[in-house]
Amino acid sequence: MALLGKSLLRSKFGSYVCKARELIVNQRRCIVSCVDPSLGLTEEQKEFQKVAFDFAANEMAPHMAEWDQKEIFPVDTMRKAAQLGFGGIYVKPDVGGSGLSRLDTSIIFEALSTGCVSTTAYMSIHNMCAWMIDAFGNEKQRQTFCPPLCSMDKFASYCLTEPGSGSDAASLLTTAKRRGDHYILNGSKAFISGGGDTDIYVVMCRTGEKGAKGISCVVVEKGTPGLSFGKKEKKVGWNSQPTRAVIFEDCAVPVINRLGEEGQGFLIAMKGLNGGRINIASCSLGAAHASVLLARDHLKVRKQFGEPLSNSQFLQFTLAQMATRLVASRLMVRQAALALQEDREDAVTLCSMAKLFATDECFAICNQALQMHGGYGYLKDYAIQQFVRDIRVHQILEGTNEVMKMIISRNLLQE
Amino acid sequence: MSARVLVGVKRVIDYAVKIRVKPDKTGVVTDGVKHSMNPFCEIAIEEAVRLKEKKLIKEVIAVSCGPQQSQETIRTALAMGADRGIHVDVSGKDYENLGPLQVSKILAALAKKEDVRLIILGKQAIDDDCNQTGQMTAALLDWPQGTFASQVDFQEDSLKVEREIDGGLETIKIKMPAVVTADLRLNEPRYATLPNIMKAKKKKIDTVKPSDLGVDLSSQLEVLSVEEPSQRQAGVKVETVEDLIKKLRDSGRI
Repeated sequence: MALLGKSLLRSKFGSYVCKARELIVNQRRCIVSCVDPSLGLTEEQKEFQKVAFDFAANEMAPHMAEWDQKEIFPVDTMRKAAQLGFGGIYVKPDVGGSGLSRLDTSIIFEALSTGCVSTTAYMSIHNMCAWMIDAFGNEKQRQTFCPPLCSMDKFASYCLTEPGSGSDAASLLTTAKRRGDHYILNGSKAFISGGGDTDIYVVMCRTGEKGAKGISCVVVEKGTPGLSFGKKEKKVGWNSQPTRAVIFEDCAVPVINRLGEEGQGFLIAMKGLNGGRINIASCSLGAAHASVLLARDHLKVRKQFGEPLSNSQFLQFTLAQMATRLVASRLMVRQAALALQEDREDAVTLCSMAKLFATDECFAICNQALQMHGGYGYLKDYAIQQFVRDIRVHQILEGTNEVMKMIISRNLLQE
Repeated sequence: MSARVLVGVKRVIDYAVKIRVKPDKTGVVTDGVKHSMNPFCEIAIEEAVRLKEKKLIKEVIAVSCGPQQSQETIRTALAMGADRGIHVDVSGKDYENLGPLQVSKILAALAKKEDVRLIILGKQAIDDDCNQTGQMTAALLDWPQGTFASQVDFQEDSLKVEREIDGGLETIKIKMPAVVTADLRLNEPRYATLPNIMKAKKKKIDTVKPSDLGVDLSSQLEVLSVEEPSQRQAGVKVETVEDLIKKLRDSGRI
């Protein structure tokens, strides 16, 4: 078979380290049958998935280590992705989005995540913000904000969490006092992905009484006087996206930037998160998929006690369990995506279950894959440690897995 | 420019797959194995679509010869920007015997039927590495050929083709209608965009049979056996140069 000169294969020489990188890049195209993520998809979905896998393998995977180590926010690569339609995947086409379904979106993020979890996760947050404006904004807001977000001419951040309100999101303290045709915002948001580098901030703030009903959602643009940022946080993973506090000091935001009605903000935030949870879970799926393939290949290559590790029954069984849990997680996530796009009454709970299950299981899978690599798994030359570090936070953000359990138990115990 | 371009796309085993030979040695395992468009065919489609974007040609037709699954490959071509597709339905024994000669007869017949001015093909397929279809098609049509193209300049009714040859780069001028085969450095194929994938669903794929085109698919070739390359033997280290010469003489090498 003719050796294809594509850049992927150029580094086919020498050391084991180079081989590991090349394996990542080739294996993400996925040939192993039972964990094949294209099983059960329509022809069209397979085409979307193929583009996403190819983009991940060619444009993201070769750089994921550098983006992590140098903490680079890969604006150019994300803009390339936006040109393919990945900037507003489930945003309506009349404002520049691709108009695809939640299931299509999940498939795409899962594939992109095999190239770089951190970057894909940021793109999913960006997509969520673009959708919130598309779904809840009036015509003028949609036409103003969505097109540059879909093309990633501008980047977005989602601002809900505060230093004093994480899981207890409805207790947020950032106030928005009406003064003429502006809201004056005071307060601060914590752990904001993209904060400081992004252009559009979708901010949940208090316009009314205590609790969820007093919260509204406004769009704040970078450069607005009174908007400033904290220091860039140093994180264990998700290093290709900056995380900063977002600070409002008498920041005047036009009332016309409010999405929906006053008091509707919490609802908008939660609706955004339903999709966000599927997206984050999808990113975990991609990482686990890549990790299973990496572990599988390592087991075939590494020899101890005179045999390849793949001859050890314990490791065979462990790999089988990893693969089974991956497929189970994938089914949960895709089922939740379907329920959400069909607007079923169990959609919110299913999204919570999917996020809970997939993020926990996939972290365990990646962690186990690292263990299978032995000492090599701990080296930054090998991608497996980055997958583990990057997806660890998926069990915490977009609603901790504990909050997911709250949502599910509430649903079970309701009268 | 009202020219039509015909681009051949072949469905082959994906380049990243580890190939296994069938136990009965009649070929390689293809069932359940991931297939995709031949990479050189991707380059050919990309070139045709770029010509259309420059408004130098009017229509890009993607053709594939094979069983039902070949339509997936045509869909990928449509998603990259081809206007419509033609699926030449060949299956079973005929498909097993399908080689460059049969395909070039089909392409020649289609070129006449669709009134095509330019045929762009990949220089070779990564499964059989024949590197013959482009050349044979040109011969059957009695058209000039620009093979191993690394650059194509479209002029009024001729093409300037820069070819990669053993000695370096050769530039030739050929009159149209012509056949061009794409080499690796001709261009970098684009990713299909999500909107284009959705638009591709609405584009037409016509199915025709080789008999409709008056093409005889019989083959003069018979595959006797397909085997894996022999395992690499271990080398032998020798102590002195004299030993080396002796060993080379004994094994008849010198």
